Amino acid sequence: MPTELAAPEVATRELSYAEAIREALAQAMEADERVFLFGEDVGVYGGAFGVSGDLLQRFGPERVIDTPISELGLAGAAVGAALTGMKPVLEIQFSDFVTLAMEQIVNQAAKIHFMFGGKASVPMVVRLPGGSGTGAAGQHSQSLEAWFAHVPGLKVVQPSTPHDAKGLLLAAIDDPNPVLVFEHKLLYKTKGPVPAEPYRVPIGSAAVRRAGRDITIVAASIMTLRALAAARRLAAEGIETEVVDLRSLRPIDFATIAKSVRKTHRLLIVYEGVKTMGIGAEISAMIAESEVFEFLETPIARLGGADVPIPYNPMLEKASVPQEDDIVAAARRLVLEGIA
Amino acid sequence: MPQMSAIDRNTAAPERPALAALEQEVLRGALMKMHLIRKFEEAAEASYVRGLIHGTMHLSIGQEASAVGSILPLRIDDYILSTHRGHGHCIAKGADPARMLAEFFGKETGYCHGRGGSMHIADIEGGNLGANGIVAGGLPIAVGVGMSIKAQKQDRVCMVFFGDGATNEGAFHESLNMASIWKLPIVFVCENNKYAMSMDIALSMAVRNVTDRASAYAMPAVAVDGNDLPEVAAAARAAVARARSGGGPALVECKTYRIRGHSKSDRNLYRTKEEIETWREADPISRLETEVLTHQRFTRPELAAIEKAAQQRIDEALEFAKASPDPDSAELTRDVYAD
Repeated sequence: MPTELAAPEVATRELSYAEAIREALAQAMEADERVFLFGEDVGVYGGAFGVSGDLLQRFGPERVIDTPISELGLAGAAVGAALTGMKPVLEIQFSDFVTLAMEQIVNQAAKIHFMFGGKASVPMVVRLPGGSGTGAAGQHSQSLEAWFAHVPGLKVVQPSTPHDAKGLLLAAIDDPNPVLVFEHKLLYKTKGPVPAEPYRVPIGSAAVRRAGRDITIVAASIMTLRALAAARRLAAEGIETEVVDLRSLRPIDFATIAKSVRKTHRLLIVYEGVKTMGIGAEISAMIAESEVFEFLETPIARLGGADVPIPYNPMLEKASVPQEDDIVAAARRLVLEGIA
Repeated sequence: MPQMSAIDRNTAAPERPALAALEQEVLRGALMKMHLIRKFEEAAEASYVRGLIHGTMHLSIGQEASAVGSILPLRIDDYILSTHRGHGHCIAKGADPARMLAEFFGKETGYCHGRGGSMHIADIEGGNLGANGIVAGGLPIAVGVGMSIKAQKQDRVCMVFFGDGATNEGAFHESLNMASIWKLPIVFVCENNKYAMSMDIALSMAVRNVTDRASAYAMPAVAVDGNDLPEVAAAARAAVARARSGGGPALVECKTYRIRGHSKSDRNLYRTKEEIETWREADPISRLETEVLTHQRFTRPELAAIEKAAQQRIDEALEFAKASPDPDSAELTRDVYAD
């Protein structure tokens, strides 16, 4: 029988993913007066997805700041505040709206430390609720994290559990670089053990969520949960799946992926972002360029978002991103037939 | 030289208030900085023409009064954010021209260790948070600096420079709005030099003046002759004082002109030689020198000495830049991330 790995910390209680993020924000603001949260509807409304909740009541309007709908301006404000001694956390209401803020994140935040010869840094955090599955269609459902993982100077993380949502956010707030935290809207209500005290999940470390010997599934964000569900079904068929949760896209923990592939000799990469030119292509190439390539017994397989804007119709929406059945079928094909 | 009394000056007309407000040493410093900027850019241009430096540059020759006059009322711990045409702001805020020229030459001794070049010079210790290669790029950053100053309960001011072209970017409007609703200590300085690269403001703006746009954000705004250093300084002084005392942001529009083209590729197809000549006659440095001579604030030899000292400093800066080492290519990826 494959073993489910125990949660890495002693669990004192269960929190939802949204509650875990809120706890991280509260603990960061309690510990460091330079930390503040701002964004559209994060105050009185409590956040479009309820993440900030009662933080306005607890920390006041100078530290939990409702803003105009001005994503470009807000991203730039985060840069300016970070440059001059503050630690801003900006919520972009839907990750899709980051398209309006690209200039400041890509041209300014990512490059200032380098272009200024290391003399200034930009310790800002951008929280971005992303992903499909809510019926919000093409402009409110995308998974754009790969865009930012392409930019030197940025860090990109994607927590899949409440534990990591808290630990990665606290690590992001500590980090002296701009960090983008891609949260998943469908995960906000999922529950899991979360230690009460502040802790950090190191940026750049993947987690092996389940050990197995027949195939490695590398997944990110909600796809980790689907991969784990698929792994339980595959186990019933005698296929033992190792599930690696990426957690960070940049920097990426290639060592953990390579170690797993060396063991299982098969690799399936599952992610919600569009498959074409996506993170699966990068991981595949990293394997192909490394000495791990010769351990592979089958081609590498990728499951990613279809080449289509996220559709509105629920059946079409599901069909546009990998589902549990797709993962089971792809893993089975790879293990039993040796084809991607 | 000793301060002269008004009677000693023995001039036909009294000094206008904007000039009278400038103490002798302040005026001397302003003249020195204007000359430094002019000589710096002439040296950079000559080095480019001779093939000593590559890339491109955006010269502000003709706009020196706008840079120096605006920054005159700032303290060393105040912040500025600058533009692609930012050498003047950088020198006016107190940067070392030698390290600036070294950056031009791509040298390790430059402000950015040769990683940024002309468009990205920043002097963090001197309060210059950087030039910017993106039109309107500094405006939203200024909002964050203003939030930071306010959150930390400091009495600093952030001055952000931008051109007329930037006021057609969404970033300008978002930034003025946020600065106004949150009463941030920001002075917005528009250097309106009539052209966004080749695009005439008369064709690109629905309003006549950049100041007209401030009313949409309930922000006080004043337009000044940007080639008139005392007037620029007076407008900036009022805006800085207001921002520092918690009165909120203001906009100053300096109407000026760049004598050189937009960048090295410019063939001046969008303006006439006559127009350029007219503005050359309004040169901010010679205008100020003529006025201070008239009022006997300085003698001709004194002015010549200031100019000579500026030239000497730039000559030395040029030698320093040329003699400095290139970066080590083994350190290509240094400073992509902060530790």
